[in-house]
Amino acid sequence: MIVKQSKSAEKDPVLEMRNIRKTFPGVVALDDVNFTLLSGEVHILLGENGAGKSTLVKILSGAYQKSGGNIVLFGKDVEIKNPRQAQQLGISIIYQEFNLISQLSAAENIFLGREFLLSPTIIDQKRILDSAQSLLNDLGVNIDARQLVGELGVAQQQMVEVAKALSLNAKILIMDEPTSALTKNEIIELFAIIRKLKNRGVSVIYISHRLEELSEIGDRITVLRDGKYIGTHQISEMTQHDLIRMMVNRELKEQFPKQKQQIGDEILRIERLNRQGSLNNINFTLYRGEILGVAGLLGSGRTELARAIFGADKIDSGMIYVDGKLQIINKPRNAINLDIGYLSEDRKAEGLVLDLSVQSNICLASLGRFSKFGVVSNKQEKDAASEYVKDLRIKTPGLNQKVLFLSGGNQQKVVVSKWLCSNAKVLIFDEPTRGIDVGSKVEIYQLMNRLTAEGAAIMMISSELPEILGMSNRVMIMREGSIAGIYDTDNVTQEKILQNALGAA
Amino acid sequence: MKSKEFLLHNARQFGTLFGLFVLVILLWILTPHFLTISNLLNVAQQTSINAIIAVGMTFVIITAGIDLSVGSIMAFSGVVLASALDAGLPLPLALLIGLAIGMACGLFNGLLITYGHLPPFISTLGMMSVARGAALLYTRGRPISGFGENFRSLATGEIIGLPAPVIIMIFIYIIAHFVLTRTKLGRYTYAIGGNEEAAVLSGINVKFFKTMVYGLCGMLSGLAAIILTARLNSAQPIAGIMYELDAIAATVIGGTSLMGGEGRIVGTLIGALIMGVLRNGLNLLGISSFIQQIVIGSVIIIAVLIDMVLKRHKK
Repeated sequence: MIVKQSKSAEKDPVLEMRNIRKTFPGVVALDDVNFTLLSGEVHILLGENGAGKSTLVKILSGAYQKSGGNIVLFGKDVEIKNPRQAQQLGISIIYQEFNLISQLSAAENIFLGREFLLSPTIIDQKRILDSAQSLLNDLGVNIDARQLVGELGVAQQQMVEVAKALSLNAKILIMDEPTSALTKNEIIELFAIIRKLKNRGVSVIYISHRLEELSEIGDRITVLRDGKYIGTHQISEMTQHDLIRMMVNRELKEQFPKQKQQIGDEILRIERLNRQGSLNNINFTLYRGEILGVAGLLGSGRTELARAIFGADKIDSGMIYVDGKLQIINKPRNAINLDIGYLSEDRKAEGLVLDLSVQSNICLASLGRFSKFGVVSNKQEKDAASEYVKDLRIKTPGLNQKVLFLSGGNQQKVVVSKWLCSNAKVLIFDEPTRGIDVGSKVEIYQLMNRLTAEGAAIMMISSELPEILGMSNRVMIMREGSIAGIYDTDNVTQEKILQNALGAA
Repeated sequence: MKSKEFLLHNARQFGTLFGLFVLVILLWILTPHFLTISNLLNVAQQTSINAIIAVGMTFVIITAGIDLSVGSIMAFSGVVLASALDAGLPLPLALLIGLAIGMACGLFNGLLITYGHLPPFISTLGMMSVARGAALLYTRGRPISGFGENFRSLATGEIIGLPAPVIIMIFIYIIAHFVLTRTKLGRYTYAIGGNEEAAVLSGINVKFFKTMVYGLCGMLSGLAAIILTARLNSAQPIAGIMYELDAIAATVIGGTSLMGGEGRIVGTLIGALIMGVLRNGLNLLGISSFIQQIVIGSVIIIAVLIDMVLKRHKK
């Protein structure tokens, strides 16, 4: 152990990020974060959803500009202004979603934008092909450089990205969740390649949630939490429990005005629900008056479950009972008629029609109620909308204001109003407080209390564990499309939720 | 306060209206024949056909779609209508057939777009050729001419000094304004164009309403066919070539966003009038039809450019 540490201490830092700060309007995404990368090491970046990992690497790759702090690369102070400059400095990033053009060949992708030329306009196809092929051969992967990227598997496409990074002479390679779409064997191959890169002196920044694989590939680990630097350690010295504690150990600062309601009868029951590739044998029951918190990492199937129940995505099999009766929900209209409402995680893309007025948005899902022979009664619509504007204290200059011009919190209240207006009794809230100010958050929580007091049931999907623990009666944890556990909130901790979500022993 | 809100809400329409005024004053100065009652009525009458087609186009474009087939559908509806009249069918029935043919073509467009998942550009481009071919086939390429007085009065008749086509146009605009602002179809038209995903998740039957919008657009092309056939006393299978351009132009000049979700029927009327006044003025000034095409094309491009710049400023 001591030997190993002194050995890594001998290595030179290739990159030092000091006191990095990044703010977005109204949010501090990174606050005084330090990060040091040594030559030839694999450095794991760990943290919950929204901890700031992606922001940090995006600053490094030139996609974002830092708001403060400095970056020292190979001993020199640098400003990274754009992705192209980052590449020139020897920094390459491989995103979870690859940046490849599937209609072009592997070789064409590797040298895209940097084609070898025979003359100022004519591409040297042969040289591109030969160079690409030798890069791929060097990596020890079996890919024909002439093949179209669209015909390659996910793992092979990843290798094309790696080859592209090497062709750019990358000294620092950032990999964002590289194993999330790979099979066991492909992961083994990937790790072999990463070790090969290490031996060539390439440093790798590796973002992953899979605790079990971290010790296998990583040398050191840096943990971020809520945009803050928590610590850097030799990975061999850390247990999975240590890591989880570092990820979640935070005080419950925020006030959650949770009022425990009397839990009533069953209102929604899901049995053996399956959807190819995203949901796997889901069973649970939702009761009147309760808030069921749904936790899980991004991609764990939380949103997919919400959309499946709401009829936005087709299910392959399974049963949905509402008030004890088996129902068929093929499209959102069916769900709305059964008094189910879905507040989606992306209110601008899925919840609101931004160019329509506050009134039109509130009444959008229940226009049938306000119309006769297809003609909408402006008075009825106005009465209903103004009631919700008053009741939920939506700050707007008028009912005719386009929702585009409202603040995030008020926009969210408009979406909630839409579902109250449609008489929803089962409310699926997907990240209901994302991107809204603290004051509006508390108002949304109070509203949730009121709704459950009136006998509604709420399924609240959230990435914020304090919110889940602060507001829910029960917590359901999802992992890889399955339910990893359901607990009473009183019997569960942040550590336990994260253990379930990560699949740690 | 109320009036200020009204002004703000319709700022884009007032801008277009201002453009129309400038154009009118310019022509008034340049040619003495322009600002006479008879010429203005003439402009209104000539504008009516494009204006009616542009109503359907406005609905379609608000859903973030496009309809390139309106001119061909008009020709096809026209020749079928003419043959029905020729065959001695009662006038109301013949008119209904004309409208039904237009609507059927439009609904077919809508079905291809919604259930067939075709881009509107492609399905209506195909329909543009199909309906044109059908019109030519149906008449073996020859026009059908000579109709009864009753039918022709749809174009030649007058009520309180206004030509019948102008009255029909005004009537259609009043109804269309009502539909767009006060009915479910209208509201959903905006919602679909503004955010189709949100519309689906709000339980709106997007496929049904979209299909209806294309059907409506086709039906209005059928109505335009009735007026054109009555005015010319002849149905031509080659009628209405490039009419889609004029209708799209009137719509976008009138402030309807090609991105969907935004637009007003009054704007389209002003846009159609701008197109009509411009054509008429250029004719009065004796400017060749070749140059006219260049001017009109440029006006469309400039109008949309101004719109884009203004929007970018707002954001």
